[in-house]
Amino acid sequence: MTATLKTRQGGPATSRPAVRRSRADKPFRHLTAAAGVVLLAIMAAIAVFLIAEAIPALYANEGSFLTELIWTPNNSPPAFGIGALAFGTLMSSFLALIMAVPVAVGVALFITHYAPRKLAGALGYIVDLLAAVPSVVYGLWGVIFLVPFMQGPSEFLNEYLGFIPLFSADQVVGRSMLTASIVLAIMILPIIAAISREVFLQVPRMNEEAALALGATRWEMIRMAVLPFGRPGVVSASMLGLGRAMGETIAVALIFPATFDITFGVLGPSGNSIAANIALGFAEAGEVGRGALIASGLVLFIITLLVNMAARMIVVGRSGARK
Amino acid sequence: MSIQTISTGRRAKDTIVRGLVYLAFAIAVVPLVSVVYLVIKNGAERFDLEFLLHSMRNIGARDAGGGAYHAILGTLEQVALASLMSVPIGILTAIYLVEYGGNGRLANAIRFFVDVMTGIPSVVAGLFILAFWVLYLGQSFSGFAGALALAVLMMPTVVRSAEEMLKLVPSDLREASYALGVPRWRTIVKVVLPTAFTGIITGVMLAVARVTGETAPLLLTVFFTDSINADPFSGPQMGLPLYVFDQAGRPNDTAIDRAWAGALTLILIVMLLNLAARLIARWRSPATGR
Repeated sequence: MTATLKTRQGGPATSRPAVRRSRADKPFRHLTAAAGVVLLAIMAAIAVFLIAEAIPALYANEGSFLTELIWTPNNSPPAFGIGALAFGTLMSSFLALIMAVPVAVGVALFITHYAPRKLAGALGYIVDLLAAVPSVVYGLWGVIFLVPFMQGPSEFLNEYLGFIPLFSADQVVGRSMLTASIVLAIMILPIIAAISREVFLQVPRMNEEAALALGATRWEMIRMAVLPFGRPGVVSASMLGLGRAMGETIAVALIFPATFDITFGVLGPSGNSIAANIALGFAEAGEVGRGALIASGLVLFIITLLVNMAARMIVVGRSGARK
Repeated sequence: MSIQTISTGRRAKDTIVRGLVYLAFAIAVVPLVSVVYLVIKNGAERFDLEFLLHSMRNIGARDAGGGAYHAILGTLEQVALASLMSVPIGILTAIYLVEYGGNGRLANAIRFFVDVMTGIPSVVAGLFILAFWVLYLGQSFSGFAGALALAVLMMPTVVRSAEEMLKLVPSDLREASYALGVPRWRTIVKVVLPTAFTGIITGVMLAVARVTGETAPLLLTVFFTDSINADPFSGPQMGLPLYVFDQAGRPNDTAIDRAWAGALTLILIVMLLNLAARLIARWRSPATGR
């Protein structure tokens, strides 16, 4: 046995050090490993039990699960399809992402490169507070304040930009896909801003100073040094935000009109998502109904899993960005 | 001037971007101010002792009055139970990752899946407990079922923060302890953990604050009740987030007022936890050479 300790930059010894053996060492090691295995088991159990409870309902389903645009699992015969819900989930999340990313990157740049150094920490904390507000509070705020508030701006958009299919609608309401997406955007903004901030802080100082020394303005320095370095981090942060938005339940459940159709107009009285449908449909669901909701949850689980894995791959692929 | 100045176009661009960046920050702060202002303004109306000390039992659909005592009690019990389950598992896992696992296969698998698990939608955690605990094992809806769902959500957060904190403990401390002949497990328990203690507590409190506001998993596992149920192991309970959701969905103004008061209570609890976590973190950050 060697007596040397190999350390990973300030980390603990990875090779076996010359430590006095104790009879309690092995059990303790196994105990900690067991805790880790429990975590892996939970992850596997989530997939297994969702699949197991979804299968009977999928067999009972008289419609096509992938294409049907109705959700009547409690009727006989039961019929339900994920189509409209999956569309609503993706549509609202991407809209939220489109709104949140530019603002989040701006916030991250503001805190890292524009705000006075002394204030930067406090300002970052204020943005973090946005993440601390529970989602049900955003939902309440959204349905009581934002829904009536959005009526005016929505009509304005419809009147002047109605030629764009996104803003065309027969009936303009406040309780729309757009309003729900705005609430989602507010909710995912802090996580995107926080990760982008971390990445921007890791830009090598030399690169920034070199750009400035060549006479670049601050914006040119950011464009040449900060943004190229931070791009993978921002992309992965956005994907994490996307995953968050797709899984968000309560806030959008309070706002969505809970319809089952596929329309690209975001101002009309339509919109739903997988998560919102689970929250709203659960109380009345019978046996097949619960199975159907679990099946839809499984779809949501798989989509968010893929998005999150992709996000992690991007971060890990670029070592150093993982903090 | 003899010094070369920046051309107008470049300067204009720089100014425009500066304006946009300031604007972005302003846009981000507006909703926060609006939410906090409205919650305080509307919540203060019903935020009184009657609200804090009474349940919704025998309160008619249109009656004023009533309170969230049953919901506050339920939330405290559920979150405490969830912490009791997830914190030990989370910290032990973090110890394994930092002290034993190294870069082994198991450790890397755990790390990857912990990262993936942080992204699980809360409603899926609720569905998992519904499928496993209620439908498969045939248990009833209860506060404990809700606590299980919250624990699933808490674990990855606890592991990640505890792992970061344990990594910050300088290896000099470990080596000094080994040199004195202290066995490895005692070194971890007596030297490493105490050094990282405040950091771990901070992480745990942030995780607690996060799950305290979760509604969706409770909706699927603890169900609803208007009465006080102090026993988390039997019968439906209530949770504060669930209470806000329930009241917000009712059509009467009296219910909306209760929803705001509930939201105010919830925000106060979550913000206090957050604040306490930050204060602990500032008060004693782990001993590092950085």
